[in-house]
Amino acid sequence: MSLIKQDDRITLDTFLEGVWRENPVFVMMLGMCPTLAVTNSAMNALAMGVATTFVLIASSLLVSLFRNLIPSEVRIATYIVIIATFVTIVDYTMQAVSQPLYHALGAFIQLIVVNCIILGRAEACASRNKPLKSMVNAAGMGLGFTLALLSLGSVRELLGSGSLFGLPLFGEHFQPWVVMVLPPGGFLVLGGWLLFFEWLKTRKQDQVLGAEGATHG
Amino acid sequence: MGNADSITFIFFNAFLANNFVLAMFLGLCPFLGVSGKLNTALPMGLATSFVMLVSSVCAYFLNELLVAFGIEYLRLISYIVVIASAVQLVEMTLKKLSPTLFRALGIYLPLITTNCAILGLALFQTFKEYNFMQSLAYALGAGAGFILALLLMAGLRERLELAKLPSVTQGAALSLILGGLLSLAFMGFAGLGAE
Repeated sequence: MSLIKQDDRITLDTFLEGVWRENPVFVMMLGMCPTLAVTNSAMNALAMGVATTFVLIASSLLVSLFRNLIPSEVRIATYIVIIATFVTIVDYTMQAVSQPLYHALGAFIQLIVVNCIILGRAEACASRNKPLKSMVNAAGMGLGFTLALLSLGSVRELLGSGSLFGLPLFGEHFQPWVVMVLPPGGFLVLGGWLLFFEWLKTRKQDQVLGAEGATHG
Repeated sequence: MGNADSITFIFFNAFLANNFVLAMFLGLCPFLGVSGKLNTALPMGLATSFVMLVSSVCAYFLNELLVAFGIEYLRLISYIVVIASAVQLVEMTLKKLSPTLFRALGIYLPLITTNCAILGLALFQTFKEYNFMQSLAYALGAGAGFILALLLMAGLRERLELAKLPSVTQGAALSLILGGLLSLAFMGFAGLGAE
């Protein structure tokens, strides 16, 4: 019951939830396809993150505005059509702004439609909350997604081509670890990050167990 | 083979060399989610492949229609609506024919709609301007490749349940690293044909 009362309050947590505690990629394992497919360089990762964030915020706003008008039987179809509209906008904008980037990301721009993060947000947050709160939450999720993409993209670019955002970092003697920019690298780097977070989590749990008195987390 | 437009080439290209899951990262959610057991992996693969086939055929004719009217900007929206209806069809059929299986697949069945492999397939065949037979071969190859990847993964994960692993590696991280190794193995097929 208390949940309904708190509904309208926008706290810092509304925003930060998506960045850390419920990070869409590392914690909820959503939106895996673009995460792995376009993160072969930091620039691509950033572009994808920004595009997804835009669609996320815009569709959250629209879904939230119409949340009382959409009949629950056809809600998923309605959300998808709303999302597809914004993705079409992004697709054409990207084509107009930067051709090389558009070609690098290819069909994955259009595939933002089927990114589970966006539909998940529409269903879990925007359909129940006021526009502003949904947008703040969506912005947090978008930021979390972008950060996750960047952390994958920069590691892969660094190892696979020895550069970051296209700038070579190592000397000419650097032997690129080519497999990292190829598909297997995506799986392995994400696996590595997940191992790291899991390790952090177990270590924290051990500490909590160790300090028996101060168990509140 | 040799001729990049031939139907066998397209089939094997989508099946092995450019496997949708392991080389193009499409359809990863079910790949990581439903690949725990062999007896759910196979029906999931079959259901997805069926939807792929149906939506590929629909997308082909739909695209002809869109081009004829000069309204290509509606492509994305109309594709996704067609796919959603196809999934609904499969869901109803499966519910009638095998309620147990329907329950085993759970949330992943309606989620086929948001499976990027299916929309990806429809979009790629449009970009590559395949004709009807080529689209069909592409859809069959992609579907077979999806089933293959799902089965390989499920087999590996069933075996690993019996293995002793460090506690940190259990769960998603393990699946991803397995996926990475499978993907490495599939790179061996790259010589069969490039994009």
